[in-house]
Amino acid sequence: MSIIVITILALCAIGVTAAIILFFVAQKFKVYEDPRIDEVEEALPAANCGGCGYPGCRGFAEALVKADNIDNFLCPVGGAPVMSHVGAILGHEVKAAEPTVAVLRCNGTCENRPKTNQYDGAPSCTIAASLYSGETGCQFGCLGLGECVDACNFDAMYMDKETGLPVIIEDKCVSCGACVKACPNHIIELRKKGPKSRRVFVSCVNKDKGAIAKKACDVACIGCGKCVKECPFDAITLENNLAYIDYNKCKLCRKCVIVCPTNAIHELNFPPRKEKPTEKPTAASVKPVAAPKAEVKAEEAPKIEPTANDDTTENK
Amino acid sequence: MLKTFSLGGIHPAENKLSASSAIQVLPIPETVSIPISQHIGAPATPVVKKNDEVKVGQLIAKSSGFVSANIHSSVSGTVFKVDDIMDASGFRRTSIIIKVDGDEWMETIDRSEDLVKEISAGKEEIIKKIAEAGIVGLGGATFPAHVKLSVPPGKTAEVLIINAVECEPYLTSDHRVMLEKGDEVLVGTQILMKALGVDRAIVGIENNKPDAIAHLTKLAGNYKGIEICPLKTQYPQGGEKQLISATIKREIPSGALPIEVGAVVQNVGTALAVYEAVQKNKPLFERVATITGKSLKNPSNWKFRIGTPVKDLIDAAGGLPEDTGKIVGGGPMMGKALTTVDVPLTKGSSGLLLLPREEAVRKESKPCIRCGKCVSVCPMGLEPFLLMVLADKKAYERLESDAVMDCIECGSCSFTCPANRPLLDYIRLGKGKVGQIMRSRK
Amino acid sequence: MNTKVLVAPSPHVHSGDSIQKNMYGVVFAMLPALVFSFVYFGMGAIIVTLTAVASCYLFEFLISKYLLKKVPTITDGSALITGILLAFNVPANLPIWIILIGALVAIGIGKMTFGGLGNNVFNPALVGRVFLLISFPVQMTSWPKPLGFDTAYFDAQTGATPLALIKEGLKKGEPLSQLMHDVPGNMDLLMGNMGGSMGEVAGIALLLGLAYMLFKKIITWHIPVAVLGTVAVFSGILHMSNPEAYAGPLFHILTGGLLLGAIFMATDYVTSPMSNKGMIIYGIGIGLLTVIIRVFGAYPEGVSFAILIMNAFVPLINVYVKPKRFGEKRK
Repeated sequence: MSIIVITILALCAIGVTAAIILFFVAQKFKVYEDPRIDEVEEALPAANCGGCGYPGCRGFAEALVKADNIDNFLCPVGGAPVMSHVGAILGHEVKAAEPTVAVLRCNGTCENRPKTNQYDGAPSCTIAASLYSGETGCQFGCLGLGECVDACNFDAMYMDKETGLPVIIEDKCVSCGACVKACPNHIIELRKKGPKSRRVFVSCVNKDKGAIAKKACDVACIGCGKCVKECPFDAITLENNLAYIDYNKCKLCRKCVIVCPTNAIHELNFPPRKEKPTEKPTAASVKPVAAPKAEVKAEEAPKIEPTANDDTTENK
Repeated sequence: MLKTFSLGGIHPAENKLSASSAIQVLPIPETVSIPISQHIGAPATPVVKKNDEVKVGQLIAKSSGFVSANIHSSVSGTVFKVDDIMDASGFRRTSIIIKVDGDEWMETIDRSEDLVKEISAGKEEIIKKIAEAGIVGLGGATFPAHVKLSVPPGKTAEVLIINAVECEPYLTSDHRVMLEKGDEVLVGTQILMKALGVDRAIVGIENNKPDAIAHLTKLAGNYKGIEICPLKTQYPQGGEKQLISATIKREIPSGALPIEVGAVVQNVGTALAVYEAVQKNKPLFERVATITGKSLKNPSNWKFRIGTPVKDLIDAAGGLPEDTGKIVGGGPMMGKALTTVDVPLTKGSSGLLLLPREEAVRKESKPCIRCGKCVSVCPMGLEPFLLMVLADKKAYERLESDAVMDCIECGSCSFTCPANRPLLDYIRLGKGKVGQIMRSRK
Repeated sequence: MNTKVLVAPSPHVHSGDSIQKNMYGVVFAMLPALVFSFVYFGMGAIIVTLTAVASCYLFEFLISKYLLKKVPTITDGSALITGILLAFNVPANLPIWIILIGALVAIGIGKMTFGGLGNNVFNPALVGRVFLLISFPVQMTSWPKPLGFDTAYFDAQTGATPLALIKEGLKKGEPLSQLMHDVPGNMDLLMGNMGGSMGEVAGIALLLGLAYMLFKKIITWHIPVAVLGTVAVFSGILHMSNPEAYAGPLFHILTGGLLLGAIFMATDYVTSPMSNKGMIIYGIGIGLLTVIIRVFGAYPEGVSFAILIMNAFVPLINVYVKPKRFGEKRK
């Protein structure tokens, strides 16, 4: 009997002593952490994508709490709502940032951009890009090995087997920029999502001279400068034989889309144009390109429209 | 027991199909495209413009720094344009395109075939002449030759090593040069010795070229201080570090240059070019290359003018075989696959290999079975299997600590891997990234 | 489409070596031992081998197709090796259902759990074998005597292995010199005239396999030599210290599947170190552990355990034992 009592007492004594020691040790070695870090982390989407440039959501939360002004911080996944929530926690005013989305600036499908050789090395865009100019005559365009798709943490991209190009699923894209960093040719760009996801952009990054670019790819920007002249808002710049539309200045009037002789300028998610059948040939006839070719272009134009629509249907 | 290097190595099928074919002279084409970047280092600056008349051997692009090289016209005619064209590097780069008209040489060039043994030029003058002639390492690396000859202060050269190994399978241009231009090569070697101030030179030749060994050994008796050193046939013996290890049993520490162990290595073709530049005043505008391939009608060796399209060389050897799957500029181990036959031949073109499609296409990559064969063949004592994984996972710090920068890109690992893993592709990628990081740190 | 030229980074040629070539090379090297086992154990050996191989293939196929949802890679020959090695490691009269369990454990737990060929930490055949040894000790240690070709499967005469005989005898306090009369002589051991598992008995056939694999450069000498050398040295020291308590080195090498382990199982690509230095350390470890388990442990036989324990150290060896780098300063 006494053995049992002694055992119980001894164990209790050990327990109490250990508890006391632990208490003091915990006091002694306590690390102070701003409780707001936890709160902020709670508010973040916990995707740990690194799109903000910090190591995971916790790292971002620490940086946010430390910062005096969080205007320059943006969680690309959560966007404005999350940032305003974070601002509320930290007592900062937050301006609403425009949502952005990844945009592929290359339309060099197998059809538009015939292959001149066959890449047989390790399936990595970076390796191919450091080796040579790629499987086609265009040394700037998409290499089609899908490194961006591998980089995407949100299943927002896939390789289209028909075209050989990656496709961005707009609804899933959180604009974290992982694909932008992954692409060795810098084809993908984060652009303003635009009202109702309507966007106008040059779907080409070819800086070669017009003739070379056109030979390599039917839908390359040849740097003719027509769009620059046409744009009423000075939103288009031409540099190194390549047009670029500044999404902050673009008012989505779509005039550039019509004048582009190679259909390199894309419009997304717009309702179908009414006057298109009449306007397209007139625009085409202005071009110095031979007439039959222009007709081919006009026929091709509707082909691009459905792809744009496909994107939207996919999103829904 | 023949000498060879200390670690690893492989012995791929030699396939020296064109070894018995004497060097022929390739006809001058109608147009040549001479890239302004045919060497390691800064591209040269063009000094001619459209419609300029040029002669053979005239300077058309000037060296733009210490590590750079002059470029001379290989033909006489009119400059058609200076434009970006696809070259052997796989990228569109600036080239000087010249329409050929006749074959008028610069008057300064001594066109006679007589052997000039007497070396009248002094040390400084030799190096200056070599730099002016735009001579680069003709083994394939194309490192400007005068840079190697300018020994940095505090270091002394003890021995000159002539790389006559030609360890790449298929290639035979160096082999033929040794047989047909043996004396010129040895005089060139003596010039290089004089430029370096050394009294000993070793010519390393693999023993799969017994005729070249015998021929040069016989000739070397007439030249002071030149030894011919037969080596066991083993790839990559032509690598600078491997050749030094094989001939003088010294290992260059990681990240150091050969001069660290008192050696300077020059290719046998470079020695010939040096002879021509110093004794004959002839700049580097032509060289010898092998055109070869199992299906090719006539594997052979040709002396060509720089800037000649690859296509001309192929046509001269019997035309592009039907089954060609890959056109490789250089040897099969370290050469560069070309995208078209329109690219020009350059100073670095030591050969052209037409691989049948069946042989060229890579087999499917399987999971690593950890057999360790890549480790045992690596001549630098690295662990390719590990470096590949680290490069793929972007673990650049560990790549650096596992000495990825020591890799000489010989391809022994990829060649050996039973699982057909693209080891070198990824290692090269990692090497590039680590190199960037290291440079940005400075 | 096929007319386009290929472009890839160098090298542009390949040695032509492949996983299959290496795997089937190992299988070829195992053939002499297989033939010996058929001759010694008759029908039983054939049934056991066929069952083990077929079930290994089947399990690998099913697991990779339905669980991992990958394209099955059974043609690489690794399942064949696992099957034969598993058969080599069990008695020739083992009931079929036990072999099936062994194959399932070997492939399912030993290999596919880790992601298939190239990723497993432990030698699959040994995982299966040790699992069976622990789970079915009776069936796994009743060794049929090699009586020449015999069509009987279940009712074969059984007997203990030489190592077990000695272990039992020493436990009873009998002197070793007495016991050595009961076990076969060295020549018999080499030729396989002893009780034991299917593949371990014929030392001469195993050595033939080793010679073939070395000749074909499938393996290097480092592991087998390190294992056998260590066992010889360590057991030799023990034997010299007390010849009455510890058997001699030759006896240790020729018995208890040491040759089988050192030649075919310790040298498994996936579960052995990558560098030559590492291989030697790994081999020495196996040798030491084998003798320790045999002499001081409860089991008469220790090769399997020794190899499995050293398998666990392989990742560590790979991290800390690096090959000598070119240009590295020698001390």
